Amino acid sequence: MAEVQGIGVRVKRKEDPRLITGEGRYTEDIQLPGMLYAEVVRSPHAHARIKRIDTTAALSSPGVVAVFTGADIEGHVAPIPTAWLPPDSDIKTTAHPALAVDRVRYVGDGVAMVVADDRYRARDAAELVKVEYEPLPATADQELAMGEGAPLLHDDAPGNIAFHWRAGNATDEVFEQAEVVVRHRFRQQRLIPNPMEMRAAVAEYNRSTGDLTLYSTSQNPHIHRFLLSGVLGIPEHKLRVIATDVGGGFGAKIACYPDEALVCHAARVLNRPVKWSEDRSEHFLATTHGRDHIEDVEIAGKQDGTITAIRVRAIANMGAYLSTAAPGVPTILFGLIVPGPYRIPYAGADVYGVFTNTTPTDAYRGAGRPEATYLLERMVDLFAAEIGMDAVAVRQKNLIPSDQFPYETAMGLSYDSGNYQLALHNALETADYETLRATQAELRKEGKYLGVGVTTYVEICGLGPSQVAGAVGFQGGLWESSTVRVHPTGKVTVFTGASPHGQGEETTFAQIVADKLHIPVEDVEIVHGDTARISMGWGTYGSRTTPVGGSALAVATDRVVEKAKKIAAHMLEAAPEDVEFVDGSFQVKGIPTKSTSFHDVTLQAYLAWNLPAGVEPALEGQAFYDPTNFTYSFGTHICVVEVEAETGQIHLRRYIAVDDCGRVINPMIAEGQVHGGIVQGIGQALYEGAVYDDQAQLLTGSFMDYAMPRANFFPRFETSFTETPSPHNPLGVKGIGETGTIAATPTVVNAVMDALRPFGVKDIQMPLSPERVWSAIRNGGSAE
Amino acid sequence: MIPSAFAYSRATSLQDALIQLQSHEDAKLLAGGHSLLPLMKMRLATPSKLVDLGGLKEELRGVRREGDRLIVGALTTHSEVAHSKVVQESLPALSEAARQVGDLQVRNRGTVGGNIAHADPASDLPAIALAFDAEIVVATLDGTEVIPAHEYFLGPLLTALPEHGLVTHVSFVLPDPGTQTVYEKYPHPASGYAVVGVAAAGGVGTDGTVSHIRVAITGAGEVAYRASAVESALAGQTPTEETIRAAAAQAAADGDIAGDLFASEEYRRHLCQVYTARALRRVFASQLA
Ligand SMILES: Cc1cc2nc3c(=O)[nH]c(=O)nc-3n(C[C@H](O)[C@H](O)[C@H](O)COP(=O)(O)OP(=O)(O)OC[C@H]3O[C@@H](n4cnc5c(N)ncnc54)[C@H](O)[C@@H]3O)c2cc1C
Repeated sequence: MAEVQGIGVRVKRKEDPRLITGEGRYTEDIQLPGMLYAEVVRSPHAHARIKRIDTTAALSSPGVVAVFTGADIEGHVAPIPTAWLPPDSDIKTTAHPALAVDRVRYVGDGVAMVVADDRYRARDAAELVKVEYEPLPATADQELAMGEGAPLLHDDAPGNIAFHWRAGNATDEVFEQAEVVVRHRFRQQRLIPNPMEMRAAVAEYNRSTGDLTLYSTSQNPHIHRFLLSGVLGIPEHKLRVIATDVGGGFGAKIACYPDEALVCHAARVLNRPVKWSEDRSEHFLATTHGRDHIEDVEIAGKQDGTITAIRVRAIANMGAYLSTAAPGVPTILFGLIVPGPYRIPYAGADVYGVFTNTTPTDAYRGAGRPEATYLLERMVDLFAAEIGMDAVAVRQKNLIPSDQFPYETAMGLSYDSGNYQLALHNALETADYETLRATQAELRKEGKYLGVGVTTYVEICGLGPSQVAGAVGFQGGLWESSTVRVHPTGKVTVFTGASPHGQGEETTFAQIVADKLHIPVEDVEIVHGDTARISMGWGTYGSRTTPVGGSALAVATDRVVEKAKKIAAHMLEAAPEDVEFVDGSFQVKGIPTKSTSFHDVTLQAYLAWNLPAGVEPALEGQAFYDPTNFTYSFGTHICVVEVEAETGQIHLRRYIAVDDCGRVINPMIAEGQVHGGIVQGIGQALYEGAVYDDQAQLLTGSFMDYAMPRANFFPRFETSFTETPSPHNPLGVKGIGETGTIAATPTVVNAVMDALRPFGVKDIQMPLSPERVWSAIRNGGSAE
Repeated sequence: MIPSAFAYSRATSLQDALIQLQSHEDAKLLAGGHSLLPLMKMRLATPSKLVDLGGLKEELRGVRREGDRLIVGALTTHSEVAHSKVVQESLPALSEAARQVGDLQVRNRGTVGGNIAHADPASDLPAIALAFDAEIVVATLDGTEVIPAHEYFLGPLLTALPEHGLVTHVSFVLPDPGTQTVYEKYPHPASGYAVVGVAAAGGVGTDGTVSHIRVAITGAGEVAYRASAVESALAGQTPTEETIRAAAAQAAADGDIAGDLFASEEYRRHLCQVYTARALRRVFASQLA
């Protein structure tokens, strides 16, 4: 038998040969006979009344089969729903029509869909749709939108306030009585996710059966089926959503979008397959953005370094409509983690979600947790500077001790397990912190500005217990399903409700099964992303795939072993409790010669010639796993930068990441997740940022202006792990998909501010563009 | 990202290319396509016809030295320029510039002729062309025209290239042996284009003072320019940190400096000075040592 590549082995990704040789099957690769192509006509105005839409020219353009407007689809395509409604927040779920009817509310808002027999002709015809607009005043800034006299987006949301959510126990008195209080305003700039694969959809309708199949770029096909079934009025058993190969999502493929619904509707009306795919320019406008907060933060503490309270008043820019999961991001996923990894007795969050004339925001890798971690870790540094203490010492003083878990936070969360000191210790040792400080002092004398930044973080992942999901207003469950089907020959097909889209679970999930069944990973196939093959699932986001989906898989596999053991015992003429499963064979305890192989058992299970009484044929395990708690990954990141004072350019010298995601299933894949996360986190710190002008026109609408991080911007990452298992899931695992993004942003900014200490610079607006750094140095203070 | 319809044909000879270009309204030449195709995909350019120069590599590709000139064929790619031994030996600044154009794919496809014809204000080559008195050799149906670089670059995407003209070669004047030539670039983090790019060359006479000096700057403004003020400030001086700084302080004086989202006009002026000083320090490294 081949070597078993179980948990902990650096197995090369099974999916990669297919994906990197161009053999993947993405939505864009789907070609169906008679397929039509759709193009969405989008508003060039940030805010305008639609006076008239004239589709005559478009309709007579060559190859055009249909043009749909908002009026055409009314009554057939229901408004796009919001599926996270935080309680007690007075949330306004204003209508979001799939095509604007009388008003457009952001540049990119869809006003018509043209369907033609060829993509080029669809595009040509789209230009012929004449829309007469009456422009209205617009704003892209959430603070302005909340203010007096701001243009109102939705009549049923006065003051443009979508919701107001509060949590925590921090009172004014706590701050009034504190020895030290530091206040600061941060602006978390807006980011544009830009996965390599943009959104696409192909819908096929079978008029005779009423079945509709949607191929789409989805992180959660079952949620999309659930929501689209309501939007389209097609019952779930007649709707199939397929998302097998998906080229990255980063949160932007969670939402239920108008475009996918429109493609389904067009296929249904025209009775022909219809494809729509976003181009990059469109992606910048029509796919959800991330972050975009204004945060007023206060931290209170003592001169000895003890932090006693932290609170934030945030204004989150929700864009023109509330996207599917959007309201949960700046509230539950942000506010509740504000105290981070520290023993802070008082914490508070007060968040306004505000409508503006911009692309809707929603989850973006980390979703709320990077925003919270950023403000906390920046405040810890500002607090340390204020009391004249080393920022690492402040962290050491306040980190929750490892013997205090499970730890109840001021926000009511219960951190499951942790050893924060160990991660910090390992990171400092890898960095050689003391030497770095000495080098820094030396270099300063030569006019060179080295900076060292540290972040200690904890994140909520493994979303999550369904009961909690309900309590926090998530309109779905957060358990996960898994079916492990062992075939007569002992090969295994796994059906998972998780929906990986680049993270590598085709490999890590196979390793979990291989580990438990002692079979080669090649013998395990992971099936995901198809609502017809998988009973139910809640998808991939919130670093939940392995903690929840993997746990479901572990339980299902254990059920297989349990049943197989009964059959084996019967074959071995022993009692089941006397049989153990060792290295791939069932043997009678203490008598290794009395054994039977896994393959013999699987075959017998299917032949069913001689099964023990009460045991059904076949060998399949199924689990619907609902975790009892979130799980909390944590770690320490350290970055070393050098700032060129002359130009403000920042050079990344070293990056050290020590992460703890519990038990590591595949170190290589975990490292890959950390690498990608760091890159995106640094993207926010140094390069990325959506910029709107005062007419709410997006100025950074292409890769010529919107700087994505590139491989050659980075030093080699020095990554390692500590392993503190989660006590409450069967694998002891936590999430690793978002840690890098959560930790990297404040780490780099802290490093740059550390480098700029001699200039008296305390903070600079992200992204820390060279010009901003240069101006800050010249002004000896904040650049803005 | 879906261009509007266009006709396409591959030119069989230089003459054929010129005829096709002239006989079709709105026809455009296609070289590497790395400036033209992005514009077409965004429908900012909608040529009715593309005349592909890909078949003319025999005539229009390659680098050669002729006397005191370095002649680069229009279809030579940035990669070929960067890797050319002749360029590395005779005009290192050109090699350095070519090496820093965009990214690998851009360098493998983009051509010198396309770059010069397109005349993006943030392109690298205009600085080299100005610093080394390049002549842009243009073929038209009426014959050959030679346009000196300083009369060629007129503004953003605006040149003296005659209508229906085809750049066949760019001919650089090689500096005296022993002259250090350098290119210092600050790449835009998104596009890779120059936020500021400084081409410089110079040398000293027997008395140790600067006998010849050339500085040209691209990316900083509406169009690339010769930094004459820098040149005159340094000419006749002994190159020292002080004289270099003083001269570099004039780096923005001759330019029509402009700001954008990434770098304001003020910051760009500053970068012109910093990058000019850096370039000059390298040019006169042996004198400063
Ligand atoms: C992502 C990206 C980054 C880039 N970064 C840089 C950079 O850092 N520095 C830099 O200098 N450039 C950069 N470029 C531009 C690149 O160098 C282009 O290749 C170049 O500008 C155009 O050359 P081309 O061969 O691709 O021309 P094409 O795109 O084929 O043509 C450009 C224009 O020139 C015309 N044309 C082409 N050849 C001729 C000719 N022989 N005679 C007359 N007209 C002609 C065409 O009709 C068209 O109008 C970048 C491009 C991209 C896409």
